[in-house]
Amino acid sequence: MQKIISFPHIGNYYVPIETLLKLLFKDHTVISAPKITKRTLELGTKYSPDFVCVPFKYNLGNYIEALENGANILIQACGGCRYGYYAEIQEQILKDLGYQFEFIKITWGKFNPFEVYNLCKKIGTSLSFPKFIHYVLLTLKMIKVMDSFESYIRENIGFEMKKNSFETIHKQFLNELKHIHSFRQLNKLYIKYNQKLKKVKINKPNNCLKIGIVGELYSLMEPFCNFFIEKELAENNIQVSRFITVTFLLKKSRIEKKILKSAKKYLKYAIGADGTDSVEKGQMLAEDGYDGIIHIKPFGCTPEVNAMPMLQKISNDYKIPILFFSFDSQTSETGIKTRLEAFYDMILMRKEQERCKQLI
Amino acid sequence: MVIGLPKAMLYYRYKVLWETFFKELGCEIITSADTNRKILEDGIKYSIDESCLPSKIFMGHVYSLIGKCDYILIPQVVSYGYDNDVCVKFNAFYDIANNTFENINILDYSINVMEGEKEQKGFIKMGKRLGKSYFHSLIAYKKAKKAQALSDQLKSQLQADVLESNQMKLLIVSHPYITYDRLIGYPITEYIKKLGGLPIYADLINKKESLQRSKEISDSLYWIYNKELIGAIKLLEDKIDGIILLTAFPCGPDSLVNELIIRKSKKLPTINIIVDELQGEAGLQTRIESFMDIIQERLNQQERLNQKEINKKRIV
Repeated sequence: MQKIISFPHIGNYYVPIETLLKLLFKDHTVISAPKITKRTLELGTKYSPDFVCVPFKYNLGNYIEALENGANILIQACGGCRYGYYAEIQEQILKDLGYQFEFIKITWGKFNPFEVYNLCKKIGTSLSFPKFIHYVLLTLKMIKVMDSFESYIRENIGFEMKKNSFETIHKQFLNELKHIHSFRQLNKLYIKYNQKLKKVKINKPNNCLKIGIVGELYSLMEPFCNFFIEKELAENNIQVSRFITVTFLLKKSRIEKKILKSAKKYLKYAIGADGTDSVEKGQMLAEDGYDGIIHIKPFGCTPEVNAMPMLQKISNDYKIPILFFSFDSQTSETGIKTRLEAFYDMILMRKEQERCKQLI
Repeated sequence: MVIGLPKAMLYYRYKVLWETFFKELGCEIITSADTNRKILEDGIKYSIDESCLPSKIFMGHVYSLIGKCDYILIPQVVSYGYDNDVCVKFNAFYDIANNTFENINILDYSINVMEGEKEQKGFIKMGKRLGKSYFHSLIAYKKAKKAQALSDQLKSQLQADVLESNQMKLLIVSHPYITYDRLIGYPITEYIKKLGGLPIYADLINKKESLQRSKEISDSLYWIYNKELIGAIKLLEDKIDGIILLTAFPCGPDSLVNELIIRKSKKLPTINIIVDELQGEAGLQTRIESFMDIIQERLNQQERLNQKEINKKRIV
């Protein structure tokens, strides 16, 4: 039987992941799940437990749509909070639905190169171990390049002179990224698009509004989940900063102690998953003079709920407004937009007021 | 020196350990009152509205202790070893309480075996903070540990005796801080007793045994408290008549684990009860009543079948 491999979506990271899987499994087909739509969420919600967090529902919806497209090998990586236990439940739910497939779980304990290589061997890769490592490193580099471009775009897209110029370049970049096979090609691509991005004319005032986004990783990285909040902010000419990217998550385990240390004013212990980062980044944003912070999470996300009392204290201590969002399958887009608009108006007025005070 | 113990969360697991330890060190202990409406309301006031119900109750208990003691004990638990973690809520109670309440004096210890923070180390540190010597704290800890083990054993022995009875036995699969809480779990178990059922508590089962048996339901589960509970299902499967999964909204681990139990263990009638702070009693009572009726009907049917077989044998 022909093996068709598929995996769930998270933001634009499906591009490097798909490229990696295609390089690893040359004899098999790799399809990424269809792009997330309302249907994905509806399917996922229908078969999910009642109050599980929303990434579970998105993932499940992705799997069902991938299975409908003929996939028969599904991949799930796990780790952290509830996320680590997704795989087993999702496998059970899909099996109960009657699908025939193989479920590959990359659990936290197995997160070392040898174990992952063994797993890949089981699926059927013909590559040797060094070659395997080479491709994994290439993918990591790809993700790094992608993240650096995206963070530049995020901070400047609100101020472009010609509409859509950043978005077109970004799309072209993702398309070309799919055909990368070596470090040399990737370097060339980086130089090419770096120049292109820097050439885009922007009109950015010195005292523009700056908002930092912190929170749970899935709802941050998957724009469909947060109703394209970054885009919405950019349309109002706001500089948006976000630090939680896959690049950050990959190096996080090395700097965990450092993060805790720099947030020691509010934290004595790590509070689980990304909660610690949210507090640390929140404090950093407040110290850096940002105009506002937006904290987003799926409904019921325990680590982020843990982080909220500290964020509220940061808001009091530094006098910085924080807007809390929590997303579920039922959240209405209008509600979010209204709250966002009110928040934006408020920080704009605050800024005006401060300027008036300075003038007097 | 007066130490305050909030009667919520880990209190139900470590009651004897904590009380013996502090008594051995010569400290006075005060425990917060049983959960009541006032405590719950205070808890809701001082927590994020999306927190789970037990954690709100916990905050209420902590609030009720402020000003009444020198220290309030709030442990931080991360892991008991490889693949034996706990819900991340337990990682954060110290910091949440510290950031929510001003002028609170917290006595804390940390259990994070994967990072080398064992329970004993934490208790000795705690003893040092209270001005006691290393050996004094060590001896107190050892004594406390023994007392806790003894009390656990006694309870599980008592339950084992009860299991032989002929009443309808319902296994309550729920965290001890829900089962024994005066406001959430207690009315439910009392109601079961009133209807003639016998509640069997999953958390009283020998923990080592149930940890091993939990693998039969789930092999990748890594929450130790949930492992202990689901192991009890496998251990008692043949001795009970029904399972009540009692959970609080929106409990993270339970949301997934209970789904798995419902999907995997189809041998026994199972009911999933989710409680929240707006609970009305009537709705709950109706559900429990009808659940017990169903089980009774099943039992009656079985008895009739047995009777028939006996009659057949007689005729032959």
